[in-house]
Amino acid sequence: MASDARRIELGHGGGGQLTRDLVRQVFARHLSNPALDPLEDAGLLPDPGGRLALTTDGFVVDPPVFPGGDIGSLAIHGTVNDLAVSGARPLGLTLGAILEEGVEWDHVDRIARSAAAAARVAGVSVVSGDTKVVEKGKGDGIYLTTAGVGVLREGYPPEDGPTAGDALLISGPVGDHGAVILALRSGLEPGEGLRSDGAAVTPLVDALFDAGVVPRWMRDPTRSGLAGALCDLAEDRGLSVEADEAAIPVRPAVGSVCEITGVDPLYLACEGRVLAAVPAEHVDRALTAWRTLPAGHDSALLGHLSADGKARVVLRTRFGGARTLLRPAAELLPRIC
Amino acid sequence: MTHPGARFRDPALVAQLADRLRAATPDEPLRLMHVCGTHENAIARNGLRSLLPGAVEVIAGPGCPVCVCPPADIDLAARLALDHGAGVATVGDMMRVPGRVSLTEARTRGGDVRVVDGAAGAVRWAREEPEREVVLFAVGFETTACTTAAAVLAEPPPNLSFLLSHRLIPPALSALLTMDDLRIDGFLMPGHVLTVAGTEDYTPLAVASGRPMVVAGFEPVDVMLGLARLVELAGEGRGEVANAYPRAVRSGGNAKALAMMDRAFQAVDARWRGLGEIPGSGLALQPELSSLDACQRFGVEPDPDLPDSLPGCSCGDVMAGRLDPTECPLFGESCTPEAPRGPCMVSFEGTCRNRYQYREG
Repeated sequence: MASDARRIELGHGGGGQLTRDLVRQVFARHLSNPALDPLEDAGLLPDPGGRLALTTDGFVVDPPVFPGGDIGSLAIHGTVNDLAVSGARPLGLTLGAILEEGVEWDHVDRIARSAAAAARVAGVSVVSGDTKVVEKGKGDGIYLTTAGVGVLREGYPPEDGPTAGDALLISGPVGDHGAVILALRSGLEPGEGLRSDGAAVTPLVDALFDAGVVPRWMRDPTRSGLAGALCDLAEDRGLSVEADEAAIPVRPAVGSVCEITGVDPLYLACEGRVLAAVPAEHVDRALTAWRTLPAGHDSALLGHLSADGKARVVLRTRFGGARTLLRPAAELLPRIC
Repeated sequence: MTHPGARFRDPALVAQLADRLRAATPDEPLRLMHVCGTHENAIARNGLRSLLPGAVEVIAGPGCPVCVCPPADIDLAARLALDHGAGVATVGDMMRVPGRVSLTEARTRGGDVRVVDGAAGAVRWAREEPEREVVLFAVGFETTACTTAAAVLAEPPPNLSFLLSHRLIPPALSALLTMDDLRIDGFLMPGHVLTVAGTEDYTPLAVASGRPMVVAGFEPVDVMLGLARLVELAGEGRGEVANAYPRAVRSGGNAKALAMMDRAFQAVDARWRGLGEIPGSGLALQPELSSLDACQRFGVEPDPDLPDSLPGCSCGDVMAGRLDPTECPLFGESCTPEAPRGPCMVSFEGTCRNRYQYREG
């Protein structure tokens, strides 16, 4: 570890000159935009012209940097995606950083730069921010918090929510992000072909609406993965999910990590995928729209909703068997052998 | 690139084997037992039970190493972390196994308990923090015991010691086979364990009990092949050992691994959660290696008053094949993966957890 590297001190959170330096030299510099630049207590947003959606999120990922992204890009994508799958177009975000005393300045700079790049690609501005510093040992390098506000599309959410007979679509392979983090935390070297799928899903959602598909339900399957999102859908809406294991796209590299650790890829987080319920007659139109986008190239029809009164998720296996998918109990832990 | 295991996941081959199994199924019902959590996982995850004829039932024996770890051993690990300030390294699925306190609870109370990827991870931890004592809480059957032996014999760092909770499969099978009310017609043998231990120890057990034992691997084709062979042998009433996993298992096992285990360990009587004490079923360090024994280093002893099962828990009967998980009054009610009452609900390999997680649709 380079001992002469510039590091964050407690004083960087004190509100004085050091705080001003940190904000101006790092966060405001990278994230610069007309709403943020005055560095007032609140950023001003344009007239939304519609119903608002508001979301919040916290980011504590370990490790903070991984193939395909870092905690900075993750914070932007996670917040934008929560708005997008709620049917909202993002208007603006906030970004709070809780830094641990002693973390390297360049590390913080890298994270801020990455967040700014992700925001630019997603077409959204960070309009307000905050920095705090906690004593060494009381944090884990860097935590981020966000809020996001967006304006709902007209006519969304639709009056008729998910309905028996609706098709379930996934916009791409599942578990990429979770597999990267799991591999790194298990001491495995993520090889080629294993990258976080972290990305803004706004283009995928826009593509559906542009194609005339009004999804009846959308979710970005993050923590607890596809299985968790399907369980939520079944339990919250009182419908059963019939899914086909062979139809669910999983990258070979993700499958390998899962075999080594004993974790089921259906439970691993995605950070750039959309799970949508659409009327059965819109399946072709939706998949065609998605497949014109690089992010939707491997999109697939994975199953259907049914009203059997059991509100459960049943997976048909490749071998003609069936199993019920349940919500994971707690953290995913590698198996012994 | 085709996955190297693809042909062992070929649905057409699985269907063929299911046909072969069905054709060999006798009129009398057959009750088969596997003794491996990974078999339970493979069967449940792939929905293989739904491919078996109604007359063939596959139940899970004491095959989950963290399940059979008695509360007294977990209590030792928790005390080493909480009362003695030791860093305790263990495997992931040990973390939530209930004891007086689970290791997850010990961690929330300030104990430094970390999940490692086996013995090598504990060695790495001890080398990274040479100023503190690290204890490897080592669990598992022959499959993982040999890796612990390798760490013990490789001049481990002086601040590393071992809390051994390894268990051996043959003494447990022997104990099961002598139970009065056990109704098992054949055993699906754990390929991982027998890759290390070989098949020779099992022939006398198969012959004496008149029950067939078939060694099987873990891909769907492996499991179905093993079950089909087992149904054939059980239908003919043949007490013998057959190897349906020859690409990994040899009769003599892994000689190098077995020699390391002999140098590092001696067999001792050991307690199994739910099954009680089984002679010669545990491992202790050889006397000349006793300085590596965490209990000796910290001067702790197992609490003799801790029972081998928590009140109300039927895991012992589940592991002995006397009770199907769904017959337990706690199953899915007051015992769930979120709030497990017994170890079979905790581990990914646990019979109850697997049955609950992958309830067939």
